[in-house]
Amino acid sequence: MEIQRYVPTQLRPARQMRADLQQIEQASSLDGVGELRSVGEVSLYGPGEKAELLDLYRQMYLIRRFEEACAENYSKGNIRGFLHLYIGQEAVAVGVMSVLRPGDYVVTHYRDHGHALARGVDTNRAMAELFGRKTGLSKGKGGSMHLFDASKRFMGGHAIVGGQLPLAAGLSLSCTYKGTDDIAIVFFGDGAVNQGTFHETMNLAAVWKLPLLFFLENNFYGMGSAIGKVRAGGTDFYPMAESYGIESVLVDGMNVLEVREVMANAVGKMRAGGGPQFIEAKTFRYVGHSMADPARYRDDSELAEWMEKDPLKTFPSLLLARGAAVESDLEAQRESVHQEVSAAVRFSEGSAKPSPHEIFDDVYA
Amino acid sequence: MPTLTIREAIRLGLDEALETDPSVFLMGEDIGTYGGAYAVTAGLLEKYGPDRVRDTPISEAAFIGAGVGAAAGGLRPIVELMSMSFALVGFDQIVNMAANLRYMSGGQIKAPMVIRAPTGAGMQLAATHSQSFETWLAEVPGLRVVAPSTPYDALGLLRSSIKEDNPVIYAESAGLYGASGETPAEYYEVPIGSAKVCRSGDDATLISYGHGMPILYESAEILAARGVSAEVIDLRSLSPIDTGVLVDSVQKTGRVLALDTARRSGGIMAEVTATLQEQTSDWLDGPVVRIGAKCAPWPYNREMEQGSLPDAQDVTGMLSATYDL
Ligand SMILES: Cc1ncc(C[n+]2csc(CCOP(=O)(O)OP(=O)(O)O)c2C)c(N)n1
Ligand SMILES: [Mg+2]
Repeated sequence: MEIQRYVPTQLRPARQMRADLQQIEQASSLDGVGELRSVGEVSLYGPGEKAELLDLYRQMYLIRRFEEACAENYSKGNIRGFLHLYIGQEAVAVGVMSVLRPGDYVVTHYRDHGHALARGVDTNRAMAELFGRKTGLSKGKGGSMHLFDASKRFMGGHAIVGGQLPLAAGLSLSCTYKGTDDIAIVFFGDGAVNQGTFHETMNLAAVWKLPLLFFLENNFYGMGSAIGKVRAGGTDFYPMAESYGIESVLVDGMNVLEVREVMANAVGKMRAGGGPQFIEAKTFRYVGHSMADPARYRDDSELAEWMEKDPLKTFPSLLLARGAAVESDLEAQRESVHQEVSAAVRFSEGSAKPSPHEIFDDVYA
Repeated sequence: MPTLTIREAIRLGLDEALETDPSVFLMGEDIGTYGGAYAVTAGLLEKYGPDRVRDTPISEAAFIGAGVGAAAGGLRPIVELMSMSFALVGFDQIVNMAANLRYMSGGQIKAPMVIRAPTGAGMQLAATHSQSFETWLAEVPGLRVVAPSTPYDALGLLRSSIKEDNPVIYAESAGLYGASGETPAEYYEVPIGSAKVCRSGDDATLISYGHGMPILYESAEILAARGVSAEVIDLRSLSPIDTGVLVDSVQKTGRVLALDTARRSGGIMAEVTATLQEQTSDWLDGPVVRIGAKCAPWPYNREMEQGSLPDAQDVTGMLSATYDL
């Protein structure tokens, strides 16, 4: 089989980007701001898009604040079970979702709050689910790891590592089967690549040319295991897609605009019938794997390095530097997020718990 | 006698096996550097090194299967799963490979391995993380299945499981890791296939295992206050089941209630009660009683989850409804 190497025209090639990642300069990828650019049907950023840029900031800030509120409410006992926070990875979810259409399917793993919020699920109902309330997205039955909102085609929230990948393949099959140009995207972590389902699904998607976007969030650890300890082949995953004949690219997951750009490229090709695509974003979770994990297996210095690239610092500074926003714009977004999250906590506290007899509801259709 | 928690008792058993038997090694996700999701293996990597305490990738099918192979190759692997629910990812390796290898080879090959996994509901981990598949596996010929509920049994059963020449599923009730109890300093074993009468009584036999046991103790107290003396039996071993001890007890009491904290339908207590019906029907004052968790996936919400689990009120209620006790 002849492999089509992915050489994006508007993007730096993946290998080049990898070198860049090692010494990220704040402004490197932001050169485009201030001039109108688009990839396919998605306009990326430009002077007329102040509102859209501000919204990217708002969404990232919403996820950050939502997750902080989750941590607070976990300590208070309002949220229980396993709770995995997305703090540090916000630019990925927000950049990705900004390119998708309502008809596209989104599937993810248990670290799912950020994906759900960026997909536009109701903040109140997401928080209420974590509180185990009847008003929650899954009526209190799923909890943090199992968020679903079919109306947004947000198809979970799956807590068996690797279990979500075949589901996403089937959803993408349903898109082409029905003759639409909708696609499915599946998020997974660096740890999930070691499950058989990952390889099986890559092969199936390639053989059937499914419109399935494999989105790997490489945060360098699967629970307490650094990639190097559990994976042969180093910390770059995107080259492995080539062996399945799937085009792949690496992106800086701390940079929302770059994520948006590679997404627009990949999704455009998929809608045109190009089959599956693979994107690897390098990112970092600032907190432990779950609330039970003090993250003793990694160095503070590693965390500090990543925090310098914090999208919630670098992105607003960029907006300010390029004149796309003034401080009061940003402050207004933060203020509205604070209100939204506090309202979600109040909504959840005030919501009724499901009644015990509801346990048998929804076992069968 | 030293007092240990179940977590410490299991760690002690692992430590001792690593110390005394060079063919024993441990493998599982994050059991080394991280110390185990439930901290059971904490400190063992430091003591025995990475060859004998092996962190695995998140590849249950591969490392369970590799455990079978290593066992067939003459070693005694102890495999940790982060949750019994994740056994599903490696079920083929457990059932088709580990359990069948000896039989299919006409007895030429054996697979002496232990698969340890936290099991059970009650911690609001929802549908994918709360299941008790030891009850499924108990049906599979070729496997042994044990489930301790005290530190004493945890250590004694672990010792026998490691020595056992057949693959053993060692189910650890996740809610009981912190439960403490006395554990003799002298060496002892608890044989696989032996149930234990934990409290003797004349009026009714109550049977469970794992985290069903605290519910039975509580029930026995409530019954005692009503003047009913209950005999409480811990199955300890789901395969083989110690039918003799159960039959003796029911012949004495004439009443039996079996409680499962896993789903009631098709559970291990269906097997237990059917066996008792077959073997003790002439002694029984009424139908055998089986209670278990509700037959729905495990919900996240606390009240629903607790409502799904059976409790002491269910036990005493069913006893009075069935036997007028
Ligand atoms: C089959 C299975 N095995 C193990 C686990 C326990 N577990 C949950 S998340 C996780 C680490 C996954 O790491 P990664 O894929 O890198 O995602 P991240 O948490 O870093 O986002 C593990 C081992 C599980 N949920 N499912
Ligand atoms: Mg990871």
